[in-house]
Amino acid sequence: MAIDNIWVFAEGEDGEPTSATLELLTKARGLGTVSAFVVGDGESIASKLGEYGAAKVYSTGDLGGHLPGAAGAAAIKAVIDGGDTPGLIMFPQNYSGRDVMSRLSVKLDKTVLTNNTDIEVDGDAVKVTTPIFGGEKLVTTTFTAGGPYLAAFRPKSFEPSAGDAGDGEVVSAPVPDLGATGGAKVTEVHVEETTGPKLDEAAVVVSGGRGLGEAEKFEMVEQLAKLLKGAPGASRAIVDAGWVPYSMQVGQTGKVVKPTVYIAAGISGATQHMVGMKGSKNIIAINKDREAPIHGVADLGVVGDVHKVMPKLIEALQNR
Amino acid sequence: MNVIVCVKQIPDPAQPGELDPSDNTLKREGKLILDESDSYGVEMALQLVDTAGEGEVSIISMAPNGEMSGMRTALAMGAAKGVLVSDPELAGSDALTTAKVLAAASQKAGDADLIIAGTESSDGYTGTVPEQMAEVLGLPSVTFAKSITVDGDTIKINRQTEAGYDEVECTMPLVVSVTAGVVEPRYPSFKGIMAAKSKPVESFTAGDLGVAAVGWAGADQEIVNVEQAPAREAGEIVEDDGEAHLKIVAYLEGLKLI
Repeated sequence: MAIDNIWVFAEGEDGEPTSATLELLTKARGLGTVSAFVVGDGESIASKLGEYGAAKVYSTGDLGGHLPGAAGAAAIKAVIDGGDTPGLIMFPQNYSGRDVMSRLSVKLDKTVLTNNTDIEVDGDAVKVTTPIFGGEKLVTTTFTAGGPYLAAFRPKSFEPSAGDAGDGEVVSAPVPDLGATGGAKVTEVHVEETTGPKLDEAAVVVSGGRGLGEAEKFEMVEQLAKLLKGAPGASRAIVDAGWVPYSMQVGQTGKVVKPTVYIAAGISGATQHMVGMKGSKNIIAINKDREAPIHGVADLGVVGDVHKVMPKLIEALQNR
Repeated sequence: MNVIVCVKQIPDPAQPGELDPSDNTLKREGKLILDESDSYGVEMALQLVDTAGEGEVSIISMAPNGEMSGMRTALAMGAAKGVLVSDPELAGSDALTTAKVLAAASQKAGDADLIIAGTESSDGYTGTVPEQMAEVLGLPSVTFAKSITVDGDTIKINRQTEAGYDEVECTMPLVVSVTAGVVEPRYPSFKGIMAAKSKPVESFTAGDLGVAAVGWAGADQEIVNVEQAPAREAGEIVEDDGEAHLKIVAYLEGLKLI
């Protein structure tokens, strides 16, 4: 039996579907009939989800403070038990996607394949591609037991485009009683203020790493980013060191960015980091170590002291 | 307060990773170390028990070859005891099987108010095990925790989000995954290292725990191809002679970004 019923884990933000959602819908509709599953309010984004190919939009409605993991998995399981069985569920590799998929894998007793960047459906066989070792090798894996297959995809793996519009018909999928698993409740939401373009949408990203030497020097990164109308980013090393907030982290455990130009300042290029920026159209690296892996992927690699090159670069741009 | 911390023992991330050509699993025969992402959870657990003034920290780990070096590091930091699940048949286990094994192992470690894990390992980074464990155990969970405080029977957690952070309250027991870099993990003292050698570590096989279909056989997935990713074309490397910043300016001009 060929796979045709494909679900996409869909999310909204400020009344619009997220970019990751539209990317997955675009890919999914080329593989079969698509339903979107929204853990939260699906009603407000249903028509847009339809424009990108969703025939049906399952919506749990507001979670009432529940975290998405337990609530989302229980709601999805209830729909499956009700008779609509997907052959494949595609999740975004992010906080909510990961948590819902994890809980669901236990409920369905199905394995998960995560961190994927591509998928191929051939009859009832599903193959996914996963970059490993910082994107140096590509591994293709196939599911060997029956579906529903659960797979998570890195952001920016597919180019979003509207088309093959579906009805976007909203179907209510309420969260059932969670028992003990529903014990966690969100009591307050804090949003960190940001200015300038979003890190994962900016045309220019300037990132700093441990080579900056101290937290204060990150100012150079912010200054250069601002001059180029870009966003500042960071390696995991300086996020872990507490110099900058996690929201700036580029890499495996942070954001995936694909800007027109990525400038890496004082970053050596650990595999952790490379996964998040290797897809940039142009890469400029400033690092004093000629052997640093970052120079291996740079289109322009400057072997030099970031403390000397950056101030001169900033000054030259200010004087234009 | 009793806290269980899940730790993984991984190949040194400073060394380039390699796949075993016979079955495409990650080579793990070299020296294994405590995954750095787990050291934050160990530190948090020790601080919580310290603040509570009673209870202990237990470490649980799954390793295919009886590897204990990472667990010893956690014991040297101050954990009281360990449960090790070691079984050659565990090699190649998927995340779901790992979660089932660790869930069973947590019950061998005794009653716990809290089970802590890292958000993802630094070698396999599937990133699903803590949440899967919670589901296997029927417990609530909070992922991506930045801080944990205990207030009577309630636990308060600041949870990292895309936009900032959420304050979350939860009943105990529960499973929490902690993000890296949120606390400063202590270095084991000489005294701690010596004491760790005599701390009790119980060993079990997957069979002892009643977990079936372990290893590759139960992973429900098969690697069908491994290939070199297309390499980026080699770029231009320049030594800074004091004027290299002009090269960058020219490059940005070429892209019409300035």
